[in-house]
Amino acid sequence: MRLGRPGLISDYATDTAIFRSNVARFWFLVLLVATVVLGLGGSIPLGFMTLSLDGEATFYLITTLFAAIAAIGLNLVTGVAGQVSLGHAFFLGVGGFTAAVLGGLGETRRVFDLASGDFVEQVLLFGFELDMLIWLPAAGLMAALAGLIVAPVAFRLRGLYLAVVTLGLVFLGEHLFREWDVVSGGVGVGRPTPPLSLLGFRFDQPSEVLGMTLDRQKKLFLLGFVLLLIFGLAAKNLMRSKIGRALSAIRDRDLAASMMGIDLSRYKTVAFVISSFFAGVAGALIYTVIGRILPESFNLLLSVEYIAMILIGGVATVSGAVMGAAFITFLPLIVRTLAGFPLFGFISTSPGGGFPTVAHIEEILFGLLIVVFLIFEPLGLYGIWIRIRNYWKAWPFSY
Amino acid sequence: MRARLLGEVLPRAGGNDPILEIQDLELSFQAVKAIQGVSLTVHDGEIFAVIGPNGAGKTSVFNCISGLYKPDSGSIRFGGQDLVGLKPHRIANLGVARTFQNIELFPQMTVLDNLMLGRHRHLRYGSAGAMLRVGRAIREEVRNREVVEAIVEFLELEPHRKSYVAMLPYGVQKKVELGRALATEPRILLLDEPAAGMNLEETEDMARFITDIRRELGIGVILVDHDMRLVMDLADTVLALEFGRPIATGSPEAIQNNPDVIRAYLGEGQRSATIPGGTT
Repeated sequence: MRLGRPGLISDYATDTAIFRSNVARFWFLVLLVATVVLGLGGSIPLGFMTLSLDGEATFYLITTLFAAIAAIGLNLVTGVAGQVSLGHAFFLGVGGFTAAVLGGLGETRRVFDLASGDFVEQVLLFGFELDMLIWLPAAGLMAALAGLIVAPVAFRLRGLYLAVVTLGLVFLGEHLFREWDVVSGGVGVGRPTPPLSLLGFRFDQPSEVLGMTLDRQKKLFLLGFVLLLIFGLAAKNLMRSKIGRALSAIRDRDLAASMMGIDLSRYKTVAFVISSFFAGVAGALIYTVIGRILPESFNLLLSVEYIAMILIGGVATVSGAVMGAAFITFLPLIVRTLAGFPLFGFISTSPGGGFPTVAHIEEILFGLLIVVFLIFEPLGLYGIWIRIRNYWKAWPFSY
Repeated sequence: MRARLLGEVLPRAGGNDPILEIQDLELSFQAVKAIQGVSLTVHDGEIFAVIGPNGAGKTSVFNCISGLYKPDSGSIRFGGQDLVGLKPHRIANLGVARTFQNIELFPQMTVLDNLMLGRHRHLRYGSAGAMLRVGRAIREEVRNREVVEAIVEFLELEPHRKSYVAMLPYGVQKKVELGRALATEPRILLLDEPAAGMNLEETEDMARFITDIRRELGIGVILVDHDMRLVMDLADTVLALEFGRPIATGSPEAIQNNPDVIRAYLGEGQRSATIPGGTT
């Protein structure tokens, strides 16, 4: 219900809405439409230039969509609840391999068994070839279960100590994935990701949809886009609910939070479980973009990448996590593009080239950007965006 | 919108029954005896003050009631239930609310969010409802926001609704913390130095809020403060502590003239003096 001048907020439901004005709603819609146009291979004329994405950029865009789901998850536990977790890679891995086992093809071979004197089937790779409708939620739930098991540690420790324990989790997980080769396919080999078949509809094969021919990339993009919208909305809702407030309260002052009747252990557990669920779903899908999942991917560096996403993007916000995911995912492309300019000619683009290569610069930038953002813009890209927005809102006045 | 009275949105406690009974409370940190044999009874609608020099154990008594410290012995009965050994959040959920000597607000949240956190135990929807934000979740948020708005009005916090607490001046933060405690719908309110660091006018306001809370809600209030004028003006009963030991209990007048209290505050040989802020 609106009274008085247009845009006057006159009831509490509108006051807590995600978009509090039609202007905000309009520009968000523009952003969504632009993303869909770019993702589906269209181009946007901007007057002086035309914006479009080539195959490689589209690949990064799709990866961004899935990575953003995991980054939002990490932002819930680390950004909102303030529980520093370096274990996000582990939860991604649990989701990824759960999906691969439940949805993927199994492999067996016949070996001669000396004891019985007969040929027996030996399992090389577990695989149940289930539908995506089962393996996708299962990947999330399995990761959530892992989160539930880890949570009791989380509510006994905090800060640096928790970070160290979750660091241990990554090493534990990486070892498990490396050694348990009937699940993971083994080091350096891995296993194919499960076919993206939802009740017979294949996301990973080209087909005719509503008169349009959609190839694999376009379908993957749409899948990621819809899922990110769903998970982003869920996280946003969670953040502005009593649970989001309780988690922020635990982050800010846990003593006072308990005086509000907030059960600290319960809410820290909730944070870990939900965050891990997000990571599990993202882990199940993110590797389907390249089609293969490797046990050694789930290492500390991956966790650090996700920490970098939320620190650079913006702590405790959904849009910050998405911006951070986009930035970190596109970083190789950004660095490679930079290397094309004469000013940055010292960056070698071939993998065998001398120092510094694109990969070197990327790793240096990770560290550098985390430090720079922590010192100069703790709110990340989101904070920069807010400042630009406020500047133009007040323009031409300086305050 | 019409200004609402606090009593219209928050439940009132009726009558004059004992709500909190503490008996022979003992607390020690290794060799230091922080509380020795403190007993007190607070009734609905009573303002009960605890006074004493620094280190007398006033805040320790609060910490025992709210479950942050576990007393060595003694009992704390609240509405017929023993609080000793319960976790802090359980005690809070029974209706014990408090403020802190050094403000313990959530600095990176707005005033509204801080007050809504006070409503936490009255918001009854789960994680799934929160993520979907349909029906019940929205209704509960709106209904509890209305309660919070009444508290905003009561404490005159309207200009600060959406300000981040960290940006607010000290006196306003003190009010927000009182508001957050009120929002939990307490049966008893523990105020740890509500007037500390406030100027005369702010102290006056705080005194008005405390008496209004008592009149409109009829709940028990335990007050710790060093501002003797405030304590003596507001309290029905005063308990004086020294080194963790109770030295006197009684009406403000009786306490002001109690020789032990005068000695505790001013030292030996000052029997003719009055304690600071005393009116006699």
